[in-house]
Amino acid sequence: MRGPHDLGGLDFGPIDPDEHPLTFWEKQIDAIRAVIGAKKIVSTHENRRTIEQLGHDVYDTLNYYERWTAALQRQMIDKGILTQDEIDQRVAEVRQRLLETGEMEVP
Amino acid sequence: MNHNDHDHDHDHDHDHQGDDKVHAYYQILGQALKELLIEKGVVSASEIRTAMERRDTITPANGAKVVARAWVDGDYRARLLHDANSAVAEFGIEMPTTHLVALENTPAVHNVVVCTLCSCYPRDLLGLPPAWYKSKAYRSRVVHSPRAVLHEFGTDLPETVEVRVHDSTADMRYLVIPMRPEGTDGWDEDALRSLITRDTMIGVASI
Repeated sequence: MRGPHDLGGLDFGPIDPDEHPLTFWEKQIDAIRAVIGAKKIVSTHENRRTIEQLGHDVYDTLNYYERWTAALQRQMIDKGILTQDEIDQRVAEVRQRLLETGEMEVP
Repeated sequence: MNHNDHDHDHDHDHDHQGDDKVHAYYQILGQALKELLIEKGVVSASEIRTAMERRDTITPANGAKVVARAWVDGDYRARLLHDANSAVAEFGIEMPTTHLVALENTPAVHNVVVCTLCSCYPRDLLGLPPAWYKSKAYRSRVVHSPRAVLHEFGTDLPETVEVRVHDSTADMRYLVIPMRPEGTDGWDEDALRSLITRDTMIGVASI
């Protein structure tokens, strides 16, 4: 069966030529991935494989850097660098901060 | 949401609450991961900032330098076609983890690059890939209907020209050397570089 990433030969219609410049958030995820790659914590191949294993639902719902973020979470948990609990707790804190201050960063 | 909802199989309940919520969730998750990784000393804020700045400095001007040199210097062109990694290293562009292949457009052959599986791209030569290069539409179609795809980019090639599509991998990246246009005899490399765009080095445009 085709994985969600295996698109060659299918037909997803006309190409949207819009450049869609990267947002700050996307550039930041790209940069974290670059640093983690340079430090040999997660290789390009590991990242590719994690993304390919996200499954159709997630792969098809998320945009490009959201997939990278989902993969980063998975990799950090699998490698024992972060736990699901601490990620969930921090997500709740960031969400609360965003509600209170309108900013994701600590003021 | 409780922890089990997204513990293993990413059966995210929020996926079904509307796109905006999903997208907002991942931005928050990205921020949370960044903070935790910095606090644990896995990455530092300055490393992230430096990587962002470095990324912004890499543009298709890098690739254009290589192509312009190949246009004016036959020996360089031969080296580029024989061993592209070494040839681009002459410009200080190092690609230690990927094999680079230069593809020469000729009156008989036009080359186009894609990564059907993801988004592999010669980032050190062209910067970050444009959104369309990563799109499902481009990835799925260019391999079976390259002329139709090129037409969408405003590129129509004579039927006599063979179109070759090259599918990149995590290990192998491609750089198209477009044909040097007529009427540019005697131009110096600086002037030639101004003709060489990103899309001509991906192969969706010709000069």
